[in-house]
This record gives sequence, structure tokens and C-alpha cells, in this order.
Amino acid sequence: MNLGFPLFPEQASTMAARVDVLFYFLVAVTAFFAAVIFFVIVVFAVKYRRRSDDERPRPIEGNFWLEILWSAIPLGLTMVMFVWGAIIYFDMFNPPNDALEISIVGRQWMWKAQHAEGQREINELHVPVGQAVKLTMTSEDVIHDVFLPAFRIKQDVLPGRYTTLWFQATKAGVYPLYCAEYCGTQHSGMLGRVVVLEPAEFEKWLSGGATGMSMVDLGESLFQRFGCITCHRAGGTSQGPSLVGLFGKSVQLQDGKTVTANEDYIRESILEPQAKVVAGYQPIMPTFKGLVSEEAILQLIAYIKSLNAPERKPAQR
Amino acid sequence: MNIPDIERREHYLNINYGIRSWLFTTDHKRIAWLYLLSVTLFFFIGGIFATLIRLELLTPQGDLVQSETYNKLFTMHGVTMIFFFLIPSIPAVLGNFLVPMMIGARDLAFPRLNLASWYIFILGGAFTLMAAAAGGVDTGWTFYTPYSSIYSNTHVVLTVVGIFITGFSSILTGLNFIVTIHKMRAPGMTWFRLPLFIWAHYATSIIFILGTPVIAITLLLVGLERIFRLGIFDPALGGDPVLFQHLFWFYSHPAVYIMVLPAMGVVSELIACFSRKRIFGYSIVAFASLGIAVIGFLVWGHHMFVSGQSVHAGMVFSFLSMVVAIPSAIKVFNWTATLYKGSISYDAPMLYALGFIGLFTIGGLTGLFLATLGIDVHVHDTYFVIAHFHYIMVGGSVMGYLGGIHFWWPKMTGRRYPESWARLAALIIFIGFHLTFFPQFILGYIGMPRRYHVYPPEFQVLNVMSTAGASILAVGYLLPLTYLIWSLRYGAVAGRNPWGARGLEWQTPSPPPTENFERTPIVTEGAYAYEKDPEEIYPLGKPAHV
Repeated sequence: MNLGFPLFPEQASTMAARVDVLFYFLVAVTAFFAAVIFFVIVVFAVKYRRRSDDERPRPIEGNFWLEILWSAIPLGLTMVMFVWGAIIYFDMFNPPNDALEISIVGRQWMWKAQHAEGQREINELHVPVGQAVKLTMTSEDVIHDVFLPAFRIKQDVLPGRYTTLWFQATKAGVYPLYCAEYCGTQHSGMLGRVVVLEPAEFEKWLSGGATGMSMVDLGESLFQRFGCITCHRAGGTSQGPSLVGLFGKSVQLQDGKTVTANEDYIRESILEPQAKVVAGYQPIMPTFKGLVSEEAILQLIAYIKSLNAPERKPAQR
Repeated sequence: MNIPDIERREHYLNINYGIRSWLFTTDHKRIAWLYLLSVTLFFFIGGIFATLIRLELLTPQGDLVQSETYNKLFTMHGVTMIFFFLIPSIPAVLGNFLVPMMIGARDLAFPRLNLASWYIFILGGAFTLMAAAAGGVDTGWTFYTPYSSIYSNTHVVLTVVGIFITGFSSILTGLNFIVTIHKMRAPGMTWFRLPLFIWAHYATSIIFILGTPVIAITLLLVGLERIFRLGIFDPALGGDPVLFQHLFWFYSHPAVYIMVLPAMGVVSELIACFSRKRIFGYSIVAFASLGIAVIGFLVWGHHMFVSGQSVHAGMVFSFLSMVVAIPSAIKVFNWTATLYKGSISYDAPMLYALGFIGLFTIGGLTGLFLATLGIDVHVHDTYFVIAHFHYIMVGGSVMGYLGGIHFWWPKMTGRRYPESWARLAALIIFIGFHLTFFPQFILGYIGMPRRYHVYPPEFQVLNVMSTAGASILAVGYLLPLTYLIWSLRYGAVAGRNPWGARGLEWQTPSPPPTENFERTPIVTEGAYAYEKDPEEIYPLGKPAHV
């Protein structure tokens, strides 16, 4: 049926069909209940219409078992919705380990994407079909939101921390990306498009026009340029701990707490080094706030992550 | 035309005249009128903003107004409608008029505090209108940080000061209702003889008192961060933007129940009266109101499923949101069961009440989609949400409010409104409402985000349908404004109890005397004893004259 406008969004990710099936289930359940209620009201309203002005209907107090019945049945059905929805939600926010990682930085009013290979894009995102893609996102100013209706997912993009989103596209094509969190004057202009390519095409796209520097390479050169290397050498120094093998590990802090060395922790340690000082070290690291951009921090994080691989050591390449 | 009949007898409207007798009144019935005029003004101001929004959305391009103006329009539409119309409408107008009358009291417990509440409301409204006149505010009614606290260049402080002040009006009204309901019930008016309208207002008052301070503090913090750069919400200053959302929704979700519980109270009265039956499962319906008020405080996180809050928190909030749907469902089932073997008439208030059930049911059921985590992620911040909450807040609350205004109009004014016009208006509003908001469910599911000034062309057809529906809805809202004003002068004289209702407020003349009842009424039956004569229910309550 062609009405000249869509009644349903395109299904273009592994999640889309799952969300739609649940949506149909809710449409069916709620339409059924609405229909029953409306039907009963209309029947009662017609059947028991006032026929003479002196009618005095017999009072009915209520019925305990009816109350139990019409509380328990809706409760049971909503619990099905709850569990089903929660399962999908957990899967939506639990990316597979082998996902292709892309970082996204939002700002008023544009999207900047950076691939691990170093390829950068603005308001566009090229991804391969059939492979899980994980977006690590942050904002330079206010809250934004990556909304991909064809994939049935969205996630707020916050300043000051990272949020993630993942999807696996199921068909090649171009799909809209909307900012779904109101972010100021040009909010409705903060649009992008996701270009889903066949894997071979994607490889071609990745190699075309690349700078030759991957995010890890870029991060490494920043690591040298900002002098991080002076204190955070492989093996560590008396001023700073080694970062080799750090990512994902638990770190003992000076105040006795422990923290997992994830993206947010590394970002904070670059911008607010005094916030969480590693046990056994002096709080002497200067802040790099205002000196590094959000993209540069993401490159540094990519580099520090890469130090987990055995062949990579700082200042040995 | 029987003007002398009303005018001969002394009542609260003709006991004295002049502007001072209104501005310094402590009579709850007159204060109700002050609120009625104020919220009507705010409703039509908010309506003008809505009209401009719908006109702009006729085309995908931003051709009527600029983006900045559009953003201000939807912000001020939300702020005006929520804080200055929906929240005060039923409690401050109908609640003020009826709470004392329904329980057989002479006035509210604190009449001067009641007048003060109105002045506070007006002061807050003045600040917010001043902000609008000075150029407006563009943050959305949700004031999300750090946009509101740091980045917006509009009149955020003036607006939040207005809302902050107005909040105290709600708190004091809630306090007044709670004390009045506890301490001033007439002899024999036990808790379980109270009309469900009173139960609903009691539950609403609890939310007023417990919730409103939180929004006041939150908006104060936004102001402090904006003026003094105190780092509370902006991460660049060391704050947490998601903290704002927790605080904001801790009030603003219960606020939805502030808007809808009183409407449910109205609907219970109307269904009972126009089917001449007591409400099926009276005590269950009463406790459902309290249940909604209490559980309603525990579901705020369902506004934040994609905000970055933990998935486990999301799970808990989803579960509790499902639970809070049950008391509302129970109410709908009990209202429906009340019709069974009743004596149903189709007077305009009943049409509004049935319209309420129709719209509220759709609003409530679509709420389940939003409480379901996997679906909310897709439809969050799209037009699906817009459609859902308009079904609840406009479909539900405004239908309840209009039904109540029509039902008690004869009591408030002593005159009847023109019945066939009122039925027509109810029908037009019901149809216009669906035409306006139903297309928005589809718009949302196909992915149109809310707060979009310019939108992709594939969304246009549904937006045109919505705007066309809105023009019908606008006619529906202007009709009652016209014929209700007309009826003040030309309406038929109503008499004490034109609906044959059993509530205590109907056992005194219309309009009531200043002291409400000439002798303290005595109550021997529950509120809906339609099988008995009023004289049997209120043996000494029958006033001496008329």
C-alpha cells in the first residue's frame, strides 16, 4: 500500500525486527483492551440509557473477585511487557566484544566521527553491513542524542563522560541520524546520515583518502608531544605509573578505593589528574584541560588501550 | 428568564460588589473565580503558542518563524500549560470551590492563606509572562542542563523564578486541602463517605506538598549555576547534568498525577451522577488514588532510559512504571462497571466524562509502550511521547476539567449553560483531539524527533493532518468560552440541584450563600446514595428557605 508517506520505519538492524515484534505485541494487547472497554461502555450506555426520569437503579457496592481479576490480568500482561522489553534493552546496551569501534563527538550543531583507522567524517558515518559497530560518544557542550530510527536505537551523548551505543546493520543503504535531545537553536538541523556499505566497499572507503595515521598512531604522537611519555614510560617512573596493560584493569587509589581503568577514568585523569591519584604516587600531574580536544582525548585513549597488546610498548616504535 | 429569582436572595456573588470585594475576598468560592479567570487566560495564551507551533509544522521548511522563535514557542507553550494551567486548573478552581462544600464546611481551613496562594500564583505568572514579553526562553519546559544553566542566551532565570514562586501557591493549596479534609468534615462525613473527588484532591495535595519543594530547589540550583557559575550540573564546572534530570523528574513525573488525579476525581462524580449509581468499588477507587500518588514518586527514572543511567536502574524504573499503571486501569474498569444497570443520561458533563475515559485509556495504554524498555529507546523524545502525554494531559485532564466546569457551572453561577451547544462542543473536542494527536503516534514511531523546527519531508502528510485536527480542536475550545460567558446573563436559572445529584454541594442553593450552608449539615450516607432521597441522606442539612 502506498499512501505517499511511510507508516512504518525501515528495518535495517538486527535490533529493528526484535523491537518491532514487541511493538506489535503491545499494539495487539492494548488495542484489544481499548476495544473491549469502548465496546462495553457503548453497550452499557445504550442499554442502560435513562428511559424515565424517576428511575432509581439498585445500588451495587462492588465485587471483590472482579477487582482481583481485573488487577491481576493487566499486572500479568504488563510483567510480560516488562521482561520482554528488559531483555531487548540489555542486549541493546551490551555490545559484542568484536564490535568495530568508532568514536563520536557531538557539538552544537554537528556530529564528528573518527574511525580506528584514522578516517574522520562530519555528519556522516560509514559502517559495514553485517558487522557489529560500537559507538563511544561524548559531547563538547550540551547534551545531544544519537537517534537512528532505522536501527531502533538511541542514546544521549553527554558532556564530560562517555556513553556507548551499538548496532549491526542488516542492509546496505543510507539511513537518517537525528539529534533527539533538544540542544539549542539549530537542534533540528543537527542531522547526519549513516551510510551502510557492503564490507568490501567499506574497506575501499576506509583506505580511500585516509591520512595514513590510525587513531592509535595519532594518540601515540600526542603522547609524545604532550610529554606524557616522560613520566608514564613502560615500566613506570617514580613520578607516574606505567600505562602498559592498564586498560580494563582495577587500579588501587591513594584513598584506598579502587577504580576500573575505563574510558571515563582515563579521560578524567587527563583533565582532572588530582581527582583519582594512584596509590604510591604524588599528585603532581598537571591538568590538560583546555589543551586537548575531545577527539585528542579519544586518540590518547585508543593509544593507551593499544598498550594492552603485548607487542606495543611506549616509545619503542 | 428569571433574573430576579437569583438576585432577590443574598448569595456569595451578590453579597457585595466592586473590585476590592473580589481582590480581598477570603471566600473560597470567590477565590475559585479568581483562579478560573487566571487559568483561563493562561490556557488561551498557551493555546496561541500551540497554534503557532502547529502552523509552523504545516510545512517541512522553517518558513513561518525562525528556529529560535520556534524553540521559544514550544518552551513557553509547555511552561504556560503545565505550570499555569494544568497543575492549578482543577485543584485551584474546582477544588477551591468544592472541597469545603462537599465536606460540609464553611470555608477552607485557612481562608487568608488561600487568598495568599492566589497572589503568589499571580506573582509567579507575572514573572513568567514578563520573561515571555522580554523575549522568551528557549530551553524546553524541561530546562535540561547544561543547556539551560550555561548555554541558552534567553530569559531562563526570569522564567524559573516565576515557576519557583508559583510552586509555593501549590504547596499552600495542598496544605490547606489536607488540613481542611482532616479537620472540617461535617458531622457524619466519615472518610469512606467522602466523595471520590475529595479522595483525589487529598492524594493530589500529598504530591503538592512532597514534590513541589524538589522542583523549587532544582530550579534554584539552575539559577545559581547560571548566575554564579556554581558547578552543580555543568561537567565543565565539575557538575553532573544527569543529576538535574533525576531531580527534575522526581517532581515532574508526580506532577503528571497532579494533573490527572483531580480529573479522575471529577469523572467519578460525573459518572455516578449521570448513571445514578454509586461508584462500583468505591474504596478501591479511593485507594487507587493514594496508590498512584505514592508509587508515582518512584517511577521518575522512566524518563531517563537513554540518559546514560545504569541499565539496572532502568529495569527497576520500568518495573515500577508497569505497577503504577494498574491503579489507573482499575479506575477505568470500575467506572465502566458503574454504568452497568445504571440510569444513564447523556448530558454534556457525562459526554465529557465518557470522552475522558476514551482519551485517558488510550493515553494510559500508550504509556505502557514507554514503560517497556526496549520500545522506549526507539520512541523516546519522538512525537510518540508528545502524543502520549497530550492524551493524558489534554485528553484526560482538560476533558475532566471541562466536564467539571459544565457540571458545577449551575452551582457556581446559578445558571444553566445551553445544553445542546455544550454537547456539540464535547463532541467537537473529542474528535478534534483524536485528529490532532493520533497521527503523532505514527510520526513518532517512524522517527520524527520532538522539538524539531525543520523536519524531513516524509513527515509532512501526518503533520498536516495533525494541524488540520488542531483547527477543529481550537473551535471546540472556543465554543465553551463563548456560551459559558453568554449563560452568565442569559442562561436559564438552575435551581439548587438541576442534576438530581446526591453530593452535599447540591443541597444548598445555587449560587450558595457565603457561608455555604445555613445549618451545619449532617451526613448519614456515602456520597453516592442515589437510591435514596437527599432528604433521607441529610436529615438536618436541608436549609430553611427556598
